[in-house]
Amino acid sequence: MSETETRDGATPVGKASAEDEKPLLKVEGLVKHFPIKKGLLQRQVGAVKAVDGIDFEVRRGETLGVVGESGCGKSTMGRLITRLLEPSGGKIEFDGTDITHLNTAGMRPLRRDVQMIFQDPYGSLNPRHTIGTIVSAPFRLQGVEPEGGVKKEVQRLLELVGLSPEHYNRYPHEFSGGQRQRIGIARALALKPRMVVADEPVSALDVSIQAQVVNLMDDLQDELGLTYVIIAHDLSVVRHVSDRIAVMYLGKIVELADRDALYAAPMHPYTKALLSAVPVPDPRRRGAKSERILLKGDVPSPIAPPSGCRFHTRCWKATEICKTTEPPLAALKPGQRVACHHPENFEDQQPQDTKAVKTEATAEAPAKEK
Amino acid sequence: MTELSKTGAAVGEPARAGDAPEAFLEVRDLKVHFPTDDGLVKSVDGLSFQLEKGKTLGIVGESGSGKSVTSLAIMGLHRLGARGKNVRMSGEIWLDGKELVGADLDEVRRLRGREMAMIFQDPLSAMHPYYTVGSQIVEAYRVHHDVSKKTARTRAVELLDRVGIPEPNKRVDMYPHEFSGGMRQRAMIAMALVNNPELLIADEPTTALDVTVQAQILDLIRDLQKEFGSAVIIITHDLGVVAEIADDILVMYGGRCVERGPVDDIFYQPGHPYTWGLLGSMPRIDREQTDRLIPVKGQPPSLINVPSGCAFNPRCPYADVPKDGITRTERPELREVGGRHFTACHLSQEDRSRIWNEEIAPKL
Repeated sequence: MSETETRDGATPVGKASAEDEKPLLKVEGLVKHFPIKKGLLQRQVGAVKAVDGIDFEVRRGETLGVVGESGCGKSTMGRLITRLLEPSGGKIEFDGTDITHLNTAGMRPLRRDVQMIFQDPYGSLNPRHTIGTIVSAPFRLQGVEPEGGVKKEVQRLLELVGLSPEHYNRYPHEFSGGQRQRIGIARALALKPRMVVADEPVSALDVSIQAQVVNLMDDLQDELGLTYVIIAHDLSVVRHVSDRIAVMYLGKIVELADRDALYAAPMHPYTKALLSAVPVPDPRRRGAKSERILLKGDVPSPIAPPSGCRFHTRCWKATEICKTTEPPLAALKPGQRVACHHPENFEDQQPQDTKAVKTEATAEAPAKEK
Repeated sequence: MTELSKTGAAVGEPARAGDAPEAFLEVRDLKVHFPTDDGLVKSVDGLSFQLEKGKTLGIVGESGSGKSVTSLAIMGLHRLGARGKNVRMSGEIWLDGKELVGADLDEVRRLRGREMAMIFQDPLSAMHPYYTVGSQIVEAYRVHHDVSKKTARTRAVELLDRVGIPEPNKRVDMYPHEFSGGMRQRAMIAMALVNNPELLIADEPTTALDVTVQAQILDLIRDLQKEFGSAVIIITHDLGVVAEIADDILVMYGGRCVERGPVDDIFYQPGHPYTWGLLGSMPRIDREQTDRLIPVKGQPPSLINVPSGCAFNPRCPYADVPKDGITRTERPELREVGGRHFTACHLSQEDRSRIWNEEIAPKL
C-alpha cells in the first residue's frame, strides 16, 4: 500500500513519531488520481496525479502549514483529508478511526470534528442566504440544538469572530472581504470542531485585513484548542502561523519539518529555492540577493511527472540517481524529514553519484546579470 | 486650480499649473471621479507625483485605494467608449512634455503602446483567447510601425526570446491557453515592450503568480529596465515586491497619497500611521517572529463617503494625539519631512519621530 514503505531502505515515515502522543490525523500513502477521459466511450487515457503518495500526521493542537506552488496538490490534499474527495488510494485516520472510504452517512458524525475554511470569501457564502442562515446551517444539518437556541449561539459566534450580533439578518454582499472571511470562520467553528482545514484563508484579503484574520485564527486556536491545517502559498504567512510545515511539489511531500528548522536550514533544494524567491520587505537586503536561486521553467505536468525525484528536471544538484530512483521521505534530522539524494545543509545521501544531469531546465543559480 | 497651487506649494514643488515640467512623467492634482447611483465615487482625489526615466516608482495601497484607477488614467483608458461618459477627470498628466488629460483621444492613442505601455495582473483575461500570441504582438507593433507582417513577426520572435520564452519560433504561433501562467505573463511583457515604450506601468504584475515565477518576472522587469532605460510604475499590495524593485514608493489611501519618498525612507523612517500599519500587518519571512501581527483596525473607507479630514483618521491609533489645535476634520496636505520624503499627517515632527522610534519600530 504505502509507497514509502516499499521503497528500499526508506524510513517508514508514517511511524516516525510513534513515540509521540497519538496524532489527531494520520495519513499514509494518500493518492488521488483524476482520470482523463477521451472519446465517445469516455475511455480513460491517463490520470492527473494530483496527490501521489503522501504520508504525514497532524498532532493535536498544532498548526501544520502546507506550502507549494499552484498545481502541487495542496488543495486536493486538503479536500481529501476533509473527505470532500474520495481518495484513490492510501489511508486516512482521524483520531484512530479509518475514514478513508467512509460514505456520506458514515462521515456525517465526523463532520462535526473536521471543518473547512475556504479561500474565496465571495464564492463560499450563498448570496441568497442571510448570515444567520449561513452560520446556523451546520446546526440544521447535524440536527444539533445548541444551548440557549440557535439564534443566540449564532450571535455568540459572530461576536467571537469580531462581528456584531446585529449582522444576523444581513446578506453576504453587505460585507467586505475580511468580514466575509470572518463569517466563514464563524460557520466553521459552529460545531466546535477539533480540526480546521483552511485553504488559503487570507490570500484574497488586503494586508491590513489579512493580519486581523491571522490574529483571529491565532486567538481562536488558543481559546478553543483547535488543530489547524493551513494550506497557503504565501511563505511569510505560513512562517507566521505554523508549528510544522510540509512542502509539496508535484503531488509529493518533499520536506516536512519544524517551522524554525525549515526556515533556518532548509534541506530540500526545492524548499531552499522557494524560500529564496520570496521578496524580502527590506530594501537594504537588495544587495545580498546573490543567495537567490532562480528556478527556470515551470512545474512539469502532473499527468506525466518526471521519473525518479520529481524535482530533478529543475534541480541544480541533480545527478544520475535522481533520474532513476525516487528518494524516500526520511528523517535525516530530528523533526526534519526530507526526500532528497543530495540534501542541503546535511551530508550527501548519495556521495558516490556525482555525474550531474544536464537538463534544459536546470537552474543555474541567479540568472543572467543580476 | 487654487487647490492645485496649494498642493504644489505644500509639497515644495515650484511647478505652476499648465507649465511643462522637467520630470519625464509628472502627475499634478489628478482627480478621477465616477458618478454612480449611490453617489460620486472619488477613486483618485488630488494625486501628484513625478517620475524620472530609468527609475521605478512603487505604488502601494489596499484594494480600492485608487492605485489601478491612477494607472488607467495615465494610459488614458478611462476615456474610451461608453466608459468615457461616466468619468470626471481633472488635473494634469505630463508625459515627456505632453499633457494627456486634455489631449485629444487620437493623440493619446498614438502615445499608448508606443511611449507608454501596461502590463496587467491577469494575462489570461488581458490577452485575446482567439488569436495567437504572436499575432497579438504583431498587431501591437504594426499599429505604431509601418512594416510588413514578416518584419513584425521577426520582431515578435525576438521579443519572446528576450523575455525568456523557450523556442520562440514555435511559441509565437501558439494560443494564450497553451502557455502557463508565468509564460503568459512573459508574453504580455513582450507585447508591452514591442514598441520600446519609455514608460511601463505594471499593475500587480506578479500577484497571480507563484513565488518562484514572481522572482523570474521581477528579475526580467529589472533587466529590461536597465536595458531600455524606461521609467517603470509598479502597482502592488506586496511590500516585499516594492522593497525589491522600487526606487521610490507612493502609499495611497482613500484615493490620495498619504506618503511618498525614497524606498529606504519609507521602510526605515516612515512618517504616516497608515504606513506603520502596513509594515506591522505584514508577516516577515526574514525574521523570527513569534509575536502577534499588529493589524490596522477597522475597514478601508468608502470612496463615496470619504471621512472628512485625513481619510485614515477613523482607523488611526494616533488621531487623538493633540496637534496644536488642528481638528480632525482638517485635511492634512503633503509636507516634506526629509529629503524628497513627504507625508500627509498632522502629527508634529517630534511626536512622529517619538512614536515611530519608541512605539512602532521596536515591534516590527
